[in-house]
Amino acid sequence: MSGSGNGVTRALVVWFPDWPLVAAQLAGELPDRVPAAVMEKGRVAVCSAEARNAGVVRGLRLREAQSRCPALVVAPADAARDAREFEPTLLRFDEALPGVQVLRPGLCALRARGAARYYGSEEAAGGAALEAASRLGLEARAGIADSVFAAEQAARRADELSPLLVLAAGASPAFLAPLPVSVLGDPQLGSLLIRLGIRTLGDFAALPPSDVRSRFGAEGLEAHARAQGHDARAVTPRVPPPPLDRVADFEPGLDRVDQIAFAVRPTAEDFVEGLRLQGLACTELRVQITDDADQRSERCWGHPQHFGANDVVDRVRWQLQSGPTDPRAHVPRTTWRSTGDGLAAPVVQIRLTPERTDQLGRRGQALFGGVDERLDHGLRRLQSMLGHGSVLHPVASGGRLLAERCLLLPWGEAPPSGTAALSTQPWPGTVPEPLPATVFPEPLPVELVDDAGSTVRVGPRGDLVAPPTWFRPGPREDRRRVRSWAGPWPLRQRWWDADQSRHAERFQILDDDGEAWLLLGEEGAWRAEARYD
Amino acid sequence: MLQGRRNREGSYPVLPCFAPLLPSGLRGGTAYSLDVPLSVAMALLAGASSEGQWCGAVGFPDFGAEAAAGFGIALDRLVLVPDPGEHWFPVVAALADVLPLLLAQGPGRVAPGEAAKLGSRLRERAGTLLVLGPWPQSEAVLRMRGTSWEGLGEGYGHLSRHRVDLELTQRGLARSAVVDLSAPDVVALRTGAARPAAGGWP
Repeated sequence: MSGSGNGVTRALVVWFPDWPLVAAQLAGELPDRVPAAVMEKGRVAVCSAEARNAGVVRGLRLREAQSRCPALVVAPADAARDAREFEPTLLRFDEALPGVQVLRPGLCALRARGAARYYGSEEAAGGAALEAASRLGLEARAGIADSVFAAEQAARRADELSPLLVLAAGASPAFLAPLPVSVLGDPQLGSLLIRLGIRTLGDFAALPPSDVRSRFGAEGLEAHARAQGHDARAVTPRVPPPPLDRVADFEPGLDRVDQIAFAVRPTAEDFVEGLRLQGLACTELRVQITDDADQRSERCWGHPQHFGANDVVDRVRWQLQSGPTDPRAHVPRTTWRSTGDGLAAPVVQIRLTPERTDQLGRRGQALFGGVDERLDHGLRRLQSMLGHGSVLHPVASGGRLLAERCLLLPWGEAPPSGTAALSTQPWPGTVPEPLPATVFPEPLPVELVDDAGSTVRVGPRGDLVAPPTWFRPGPREDRRRVRSWAGPWPLRQRWWDADQSRHAERFQILDDDGEAWLLLGEEGAWRAEARYD
Repeated sequence: MLQGRRNREGSYPVLPCFAPLLPSGLRGGTAYSLDVPLSVAMALLAGASSEGQWCGAVGFPDFGAEAAAGFGIALDRLVLVPDPGEHWFPVVAALADVLPLLLAQGPGRVAPGEAAKLGSRLRERAGTLLVLGPWPQSEAVLRMRGTSWEGLGEGYGHLSRHRVDLELTQRGLARSAVVDLSAPDVVALRTGAARPAAGGWP
């Protein structure tokens, strides 16, 4: 494992201080140059220099940190965000110094030998690493030592004025000796060593290896080797993954759906083939369409099995036909059909990104638990004939209104997360069984009047001014006498939320024609929510 | 028509409440014409759906899926095409290829040729089509003679019991029964013996 002649691998470690905070700033979750902190488990994990100046330190509770620095902006810790933001940094970094190994987001190692030979000296190699980081606008520290562990400690002990610390060959044990045992990164071992009176790495390294093994086991022995400056970890350069997304550019822009579908096909085939060569299958695809007015439409598409080239082209076509959709709308409308083949502006670029992939071999029938292939194929053919939002499957959801209680999802799409949990929650004020067979997606305006001919009103305390006598199901229908009725059943929800708050009264009525209705009265107007038939 | 199978082979089960009307279930490979409310049509699908069959509903933009689940239709084996547009026949034919049970809002006027083509497709796949509306060459016609709701008073109670008086006309014979949809597991009582039907849809 040791690469060079004298049995040690010189390692160069680059450390980006406060990476979780930098990642949150890069992701736009925290503003720059303000007191900011990343919170983990209710305590400050990382804070910015501005916050540090105001007295915020690591480990404070949120309340205390805010009392010391009222302007503190916080974001929750997110390991996925750290890793995601580190990836582009690494790609650019790789150009200056290839063969980087990621130890964790914000910390990477590489073999110093190759870089030192290329740049002339180890100092020059470290300087090149720091320069690459500063070109990215990031603060970094670098350390070079005989082992990865020693180099990491050297990088952490470099300061802002001299961000590079090079330990000469053989100098690592002496550098590590005064450091506390807590830097070993094993809290259990660290606390045990302190209770045994061993406070520094030098004390720990001085113990005979056989004793360490018999007392602390294999992990202890590994930590012992680290303390002595012999790190068993070798630097394994990462192989940059080949890009899996594909871009189709059109010059000049195309404005007909069939033209675009035809032109995007080679790209779609290339996209699927590129994934196949990696042994992957795309199960969720992100399509990004840019037109020449720089308007962008972006959507994620699921697939019960995995995307083939035809499916990709279909998704692009549907997205073009659907026109600009509201990205916040979770469920596409049922009437989601194209009105014509012309588009508002010519499309200049289509980008296909695999949002979620799976191993090709392992890809079974995961989504629907055994939909047979013929059925799925038939429904997808129908979907490409009628449009994506025309073939639906219902999923039970939660809500007080009947129309909310059932989501209709296009075939092949997974329900938004949390739908199943919503459906099992208690919903006070639901309609008693049996439920109406006809539920209007948009309630129909109706008339409900009392004996005096005025619209039925419900008082502020839920009291009825006069009972309903006449009912008219639509503006052109004859009015019918109300044979029996029950209500008002109050429906109140989310009074604190302006968009979703509801203050309505429900009525169940049976009219003279033997038809039963569920009516919803809100703000003096009556609408039919559902019909019992 | 006389060569049809008379036994239960190739048929789909129905809920016990429909047993007096359809003693051997819904026959595969045929079309039924219905003149009943949507809830009766849902209940007809429920027997087969709860036994693991896939169902489809075409042309119901306001299909109350929760009520369907109440009758026993498994929502994860239900496919809805709310608006087939002007492609009624191609859509129903494509669905009949893959789904064993299909409920469709009738297309209005039906050309006998189109119906015959769809009929042969159904026979090939042994699927059953329930059409809400008239249908030429239907296996049977199910009609509602009356409906009644119970449980709702003058300002109190709530709708709790729904009874429908149904009549099934099959090969010139009519059977009728009062079906309680709120208790679909109770075998309904037949009202009167099978008697020659008195005309109706072709």
